[in-house]
Parts: sequence; C-alpha cells; structure tokens
Amino acid sequence: MSSPSSRPTDRRRSVVAPPVRTNPAPATRLKRPSGTDPDGTRVIEFRGVDLRYPSGDVGLDQATFAVDRGDFVFLVGATGSGKSTVMRLLIRELEPGAGTIRVAGRDLSEIQRRRVAQYRRNVGVVFQDFKLLPNRTVYDNVAYALQVTGGTRKEIRAKVPDILRLTGLATKLHNFPDQLSGGEQQRVSIARAFVNHPPLLLADEPTGNLDPETSIDIMRLLYRINRTGTTVLVASHDKVLVDKMRRRVIELSRGRIIRDEAAGLYARDETTREFAQRMRSPSERPQGI
Amino acid sequence: MRLGFFVREAMRSMRRNAAPSFAALATVLVTLLVLGVFIPIVQATQGAANGVRKRVMVDVFMQTTATGAEVARVRRELLGVPHVSRVVLETKQQAYAQQSKADPAAYALLSTNPLPDTFHVYPDNPSNVLAIRGGLILRSPGGGTHMLDPAIASVSNHANDTRKILEVTKLVTITAAGLTVLLAFASILLIGNTIRLSLYARRREVEVMKLVGATDWFIRWPFVIEGTIVGAAGAVLAIALLGLTKVALLDPLINDWALIAAPRTISFAALTGVLVFAGVGVSALGTGLSLRRFLRV
Repeated sequence: MSSPSSRPTDRRRSVVAPPVRTNPAPATRLKRPSGTDPDGTRVIEFRGVDLRYPSGDVGLDQATFAVDRGDFVFLVGATGSGKSTVMRLLIRELEPGAGTIRVAGRDLSEIQRRRVAQYRRNVGVVFQDFKLLPNRTVYDNVAYALQVTGGTRKEIRAKVPDILRLTGLATKLHNFPDQLSGGEQQRVSIARAFVNHPPLLLADEPTGNLDPETSIDIMRLLYRINRTGTTVLVASHDKVLVDKMRRRVIELSRGRIIRDEAAGLYARDETTREFAQRMRSPSERPQGI
Repeated sequence: MRLGFFVREAMRSMRRNAAPSFAALATVLVTLLVLGVFIPIVQATQGAANGVRKRVMVDVFMQTTATGAEVARVRRELLGVPHVSRVVLETKQQAYAQQSKADPAAYALLSTNPLPDTFHVYPDNPSNVLAIRGGLILRSPGGGTHMLDPAIASVSNHANDTRKILEVTKLVTITAAGLTVLLAFASILLIGNTIRLSLYARRREVEVMKLVGATDWFIRWPFVIEGTIVGAAGAVLAIALLGLTKVALLDPLINDWALIAAPRTISFAALTGVLVFAGVGVSALGTGLSLRRFLRV
C-alpha cells in the first residue's frame, strides 16, 4: 500500500511522524460554539446560510458551522443533501440566498466578480471526476495551476516535479490523463490542488470513482496534506473510510445540518435501545453468551 | 503580459484539437474565396452600369441652315443650362463621315449633307438628364412648347430610353450592394458558427481553468490568438488561390477582352488587405464574443 516514493518525503519532514497516529486533537476537541472568532483561527465559517436552487430544490437550510485551521472534516449525507452545495459555495460558484460565509475571516459576498479567480487560487479543489485538462501532460496540468498564479518557468520546473514526487507520480510526468488510471488521475488532481500550498483544500467525493484500495491511497494523501497544516474538507459517500478515519463529521440531510460530531462515524452512533435490540435479534446474538 | 506563453498555448491547442481548428480554417478559406471572387464581379457590374449611365446624354440638333455664329451662341446658352457639365459639338461633316462609314451605299446616293450640327450635352449626373431636357424644351405662354433657342431644331427624344437605362442601372447597383451585404452577413454567421462549435466542444477545459483560478483574460488569450492564426491562415490560403487563378486565367484574357479590363475594379493588393482584415477580424472577434456569450468567460 505504501508507495516507495513516500519514504523520502517522510525523511524530509521536520517533525518526525509517529508510526501510529496518536491523538491529533479532534477526538477531544469540543464542538465550537458559533460565536465570534477571537483567535482568528477559523478557516471556514457558515452562519445561517440558505440556498435555494432555481428549480426549487433546497440547497442549504440555515447551515451554521465553523472549521478551524488544520481541521480535517468530513461532510456526509445522502445525494442531494447539500454537500456539493457547500463546496460550490466555498469556491464562489454559487452565492447564498441568505446568511454569511467567511473564509479566513473574509466575507465571500464582498469579493467582486473579477476577483473571484484570485480567491480560488487560495482554495485547492479536488473532484470526483478529476477534472484534468485533457490535452496536457501530467506535468503541464499541475504547471497550469502555477502559471495561473504567475509562476516563472524556473519556479515551475522546481515545484512541479517535487509535488508529483510527493503524490507518487514521479514516473508519470509526461503522460496524458487518458493514459493514467483513475487513482493516478486523482493524484494529479490533488497535486494540482496543492501545488500552490493553499490554506484550504476541498475534496468533493474524491474516491467516488475509485476502488477501495485506491481510495485508501487517496485518503492517505489527503491525510498527509492535512498534517502539513492545511485545512481539509472532504465530502464523502464512503462509509468505510469515514468510519475508519474517525474525524470530525458533519452530517447533512436535505440541506440541514443534523449532526456535527468530533471523531464521528458515517452514521449516527446507535442509542442504547438500538444496541439492546441489535443484541437481541437472533442473527446478532453473540456466540457463547 | 505573457504573450509568449499564450501563443505557445494557442499552438498547443491547435495541434491537439486539429479537427475543429481545421474546420474553422476551411470555413474561413471558403467564405473568403467566395468574397474574393464576388467583390471584383460586383465592382465590374457597378462599373459597367456606371459606364452605361455616363453615356446618357441629351442630343441637341441644330437647324440644318444654322450659321456658325448661331452655333456658337447656342453653345454658350447650353453651357448656361443648369446641370450641364460639358457640351461636345459634332459638326455635320463629322456626322456625315461617321454615318457614311456605316452605310456607304446609301450615302453615296446623296448629293448634299442632310445631317445637322449636333450638340452632345452631358449632365453632371446621369439622373439630371431629364432636367436638362426640361431646360431646353420650354413651355410657351399659349400652350405647346418651344426651344430655348430658335436655331435649335429638336432635342433628342430618348426620354423613355433614358428613363429605362437609369432605372435598370439603379436596380443593378442596389441588387449588387444587397447581395454583397447578404454574403458578408452569411460569411460572418458561418465562420462564427464553426468557431462556436469548436469552443463548445472544449467547454469542460474552460470550466476546469476557471476552477483552478484563471482570470477570464488568462483563459481567453490563447483562444483568441488561435482564432487569429486560423483566420490569417485561411485568408492567406484564399489569397494564394485567388492570385493563382488571376495569374493563370484572367491576366491572359485581359488583353483580349476589353470588357474585363474596362471597369475599374479593386486592385489585387487592396483585395488582399480586405480579405486578411475580414478573415482575421471575424475569426478573432468571433472567438472572443463566443467565449463571452456561451462560456461566460
């Protein structure tokens, strides 16, 4: 599972990573009260956000939550529950009907239309369908993100191979997207999203098109990125991964936030009554008791 | 402004999207070829029409008994009539010489010269011919008409012919102009449509660029440059083909056919300029506008 290229990166890290993930704080962190942000550590702040699509469907309904710097948050919920809406609001593809959205303290509605592009350079986005530029090599795909921010050819030549090594694509520099597997394409997507080292990384169903083994690789990559201090927000359908990673979970249903748990599971943890019922049902009766 | 980067991007996408780019180039080539053939033809038609109009004039026939002094007097008077630009005298001797050439047998039978002195009165503008006639044939107080000068025998009665000529040439001119406008319009639509189709096929690419944080102009420049190159290439090819046709087919004919050479048509250099301007302009502008309207970039 671990790719050979991961080892050089481990060595390069200034802080030695512990072999077993110790408590990275979320498990004991309490849910943040929605008040002001005195320390200025909030990367995302949604307050009473409403959004209704022109077709009449509810995108979001009074959504209120906050994400701190360095957090790793899962957005879970059924299709149409509002996960993608949150993502699209965060990249300013949509604007809320009501409420405020703050990213790094900045109210998104104050950003003028012509400055949206500049804002987006500070938010890395990864999609389920990878969204790579089809007629460019892996190198050029990632380089494009640097060219957009005005990077010189020298900078690009230095940074791109670096990030591709980080994401395990060192040998695929000159391949085109249609020559890569799904997992590799998603790695390119992540490399492109992260090459400018944005403070916030959004991933909308990043493992939606990938097999379980590859999905683990991708989540590992996102986890590694989170450990560099990047705030990561992942919308996911993948129950297994969410349960395994035990991170903060925000559950949405029909646009409303119905659960916001630190170290949560994909589904709400069962009540004691449900537990008893489960114990009593014949197929579940544990052996030897 | 990273122009070099944008040009490289444009070349890259032309290479990778060869089919739509070629379609656009072919469209530009065909429309410019048609325009390049049409413009000189329209000009020749107009030139011919104008040529016909120029020949429209009023013939003033003197009395056969008119003296030299009367002829001189009438000439002065004619020059004074409004809208007259020039007056040319064809003496009876000149008329006789010309007519007898046409029909020597008949004129050999004549003993005297029956032809009168004729003034050919040219108007400043062909449409004023009838006004000039009105200035020569005046109304008499007791009804009827009389000539401006008693030495004038008659004024040519080409009124109907004149009117017909003027109407027809006007119609020809208007039709030619109308066709040109229609053709230009159709060309713009055709080129624009081809460009729009090729851009539409690449809308996902543009969407990704927007998500990564590229500004509108950062996305637009490579496409517009690509459109310019395609337009220029199409124009150059069209001009090359037209030039070849001209050298191979038309130039040898000009010596034989005065009709082609006679009307003043646009010089080849000027036509080149017009076609390049049209090809590049429509292509580049069309790309920019399509991007704005359909891809919202």
